[in-house]
Amino acid sequence: MKRSFHSTSANLAGGPSAPINYPSLEIENGGEKQKMNLFQALNNAMDIALQKDPKAVIFGEDVGFGGVFRCTVGLREKYGANRVFNTPLCEQGIAGFGIGLAAQGATPIAEIQFADYIFPAFDQIVNEAAKYRYRSGGQFDCGSLTIRSPYGAVGHGGHYHSQSPESYFGQTPGLKVVIPSTPIEAKGLLLASIREKDPVIFFEPKLMYRSAVEEVPVGDYEIPLGKARIVKEGKDITLIGWGAQMRVLLQAANMAEEKLGISVELIDLRTIQPWDVETVINSVKKTGRVVISHEAPKTGGWAAEISATIQERCFLHLEAPIQRVCGYDTPFPLIFEKFYLPDHLKNFESIKKTIHY
Amino acid sequence: MLSNFLKVNSRTIGPIRTFATKNGEVKITFKKADSYLCDGPANTTTTNKEELMNYFTEMTRMRKLETVADGLYKKKLIRGFCHLYNGQEAVCAGLEYSVTKEDHIITAYRDHTYMLSRGATPEEIFAELLMKETGCSKGKGGSMHMFTRNFYGGNGIVGAQCPVGTGIAFAQKYNKTGNVCLTLYGDGAANQGQLFEAFNMAELWKLPVIFVCENNHYGMGTSQKRAAAGHDFYTRAHYIPGLKVDGMDIFAVREAGKYAADWARAGKGPMVLEMDTYRYVGHSMSDPGITYRTREEINSVRQNRDPIENLRNIILANKFATEDELTTIEDTVKQEMDVAADKAIAAPFPQAKELYTNVYIQEVPIRGVELSNSFKP
Repeated sequence: MKRSFHSTSANLAGGPSAPINYPSLEIENGGEKQKMNLFQALNNAMDIALQKDPKAVIFGEDVGFGGVFRCTVGLREKYGANRVFNTPLCEQGIAGFGIGLAAQGATPIAEIQFADYIFPAFDQIVNEAAKYRYRSGGQFDCGSLTIRSPYGAVGHGGHYHSQSPESYFGQTPGLKVVIPSTPIEAKGLLLASIREKDPVIFFEPKLMYRSAVEEVPVGDYEIPLGKARIVKEGKDITLIGWGAQMRVLLQAANMAEEKLGISVELIDLRTIQPWDVETVINSVKKTGRVVISHEAPKTGGWAAEISATIQERCFLHLEAPIQRVCGYDTPFPLIFEKFYLPDHLKNFESIKKTIHY
Repeated sequence: MLSNFLKVNSRTIGPIRTFATKNGEVKITFKKADSYLCDGPANTTTTNKEELMNYFTEMTRMRKLETVADGLYKKKLIRGFCHLYNGQEAVCAGLEYSVTKEDHIITAYRDHTYMLSRGATPEEIFAELLMKETGCSKGKGGSMHMFTRNFYGGNGIVGAQCPVGTGIAFAQKYNKTGNVCLTLYGDGAANQGQLFEAFNMAELWKLPVIFVCENNHYGMGTSQKRAAAGHDFYTRAHYIPGLKVDGMDIFAVREAGKYAADWARAGKGPMVLEMDTYRYVGHSMSDPGITYRTREEINSVRQNRDPIENLRNIILANKFATEDELTTIEDTVKQEMDVAADKAIAAPFPQAKELYTNVYIQEVPIRGVELSNSFKP
């Protein structure tokens, strides 16, 4: 079905989305559970990290009193201002400071207040953090560094509070890039990232800080990096996403199963780099059809990398061209946010097109 | 004679320090600026009824603009991030009256009143806040992205405007325009590395840039004391002259601005003006503004240093207007802002095609969800 560019403008009004029941990950030996939203789960993870690792420190703009999204609330009171402290407004300094600290064996957990503010720190992250091990022949590294930062649409963020810069970092060898999609996943992935021996950029879906709520195990658990999660098994088409986009994709999957009578497999990539090629390939070999979706602009986005790998590895299994449902190649527009976003309707259209190819 | 201060009313706004001469001129004395590597301006100036009434009206317009914006935000008509200027009006107004409209201004995200002072209409400002077609960036930017003639934004990334303002100043020198660029930033941005890169280039090439640090003492919720080593922002570029100015007094700001502009126009290079000011409101709409400072502190500034009350007292002391006449001005301004807001509310949202205009100079293919339904020029 062909649509004109303007036909999606009906989505500007943003009709009510049906509530969806996103499947919670089962954690073995996670201990008793407590209801937490995403920022509370992250807070809980950092609490455990500070408690178990005396070398762990948290710093960033306004983190001392909890940060703008409350992720570090209460930690300064609990662990002291020597371990949880505010920095001046200086992202390049924060990143470089974290690298130096990590090189001395500490476990720095740095916060960049919004992913849109990470660009002044781009040099330190890409040229210094990512290459420290390689260019010193393994003598030095900053592997214990984790940089947390909220990313993505929030409903009204405009140009500087909405961007999804994961593919800029995904293209940099030496960095790991992680994006969680639920509170349970966020906690386990953050703990794994903090303990990971390579520098990790950990992007958090800011839209979900409060809106995503799960029964989160209170114990210490990790979810391995570089391993995707099959959120829902299916046989006719594979949907791939990460972070906040997972809920959108589940909604599209439910719609497709109901309206098209198909069975959809849903994959949460979780780690953008190094990404789980095998899980994706095995799924595509089974279904033969793929839709990949992210908020970042389409051109050069991480979906392009995944698409290229799929066609290299399963060309003869493909029943239809790989679809990318992404943000447009424009700056993130304030007024057109709903229009710009790859919502469940755009994903549904894409699924339909792929199925009927 | 100058010490012949008048006492007006029970409010304790500054020392009342005016003296009207027979020809209607008023002599004003203000807090002397602390100076660094320069003498600084005198702490007296003259004004007159016309100027005073104009300043009162313009600063009242700024405050009412923000008050109406606050209301529209709370009604959820304005979306996005929104930073208000209440309390800092003397800086914006004083700077505007120290330079000409041919000079240039660039600032950070607390930018609505600069639009007003540069000559944009309140309706244009509200329209952008309300994401309307009639807004300066057609609703694509919002609060932090305001632009008009010789006003280069409205910049949301902390400190990013400082090198840009330096480049604008270089163009003035290169083209021999004789104009200057006022480059504003806050006490939070004062710790960004790129500011120091800009300082160095500006002094190295003697550029006509006036760096203005609007020090409202809090970078979001962090007190300057906890963020900056050293208390003085006006001496921070150690090779650039600076002034620390009472940013709550329009005359102190105006005279410092003129002094720096004369300095820059004379080819002597940049200057750093630190404006000691205060914001009554939170950092943004999501910040109540009272978790990191006391209500007493805010009230004390409001009662003792409010820039508009300061002007009111001078006007009343010199009998240039009655209380009622000033109230009439306030009512008229409020009406102006309400009417402008209503017009902006009634304006249409931008057409969908604006999504892909202004990305590049020419309209180019914008890839969307799939190539077949992408925009192609």
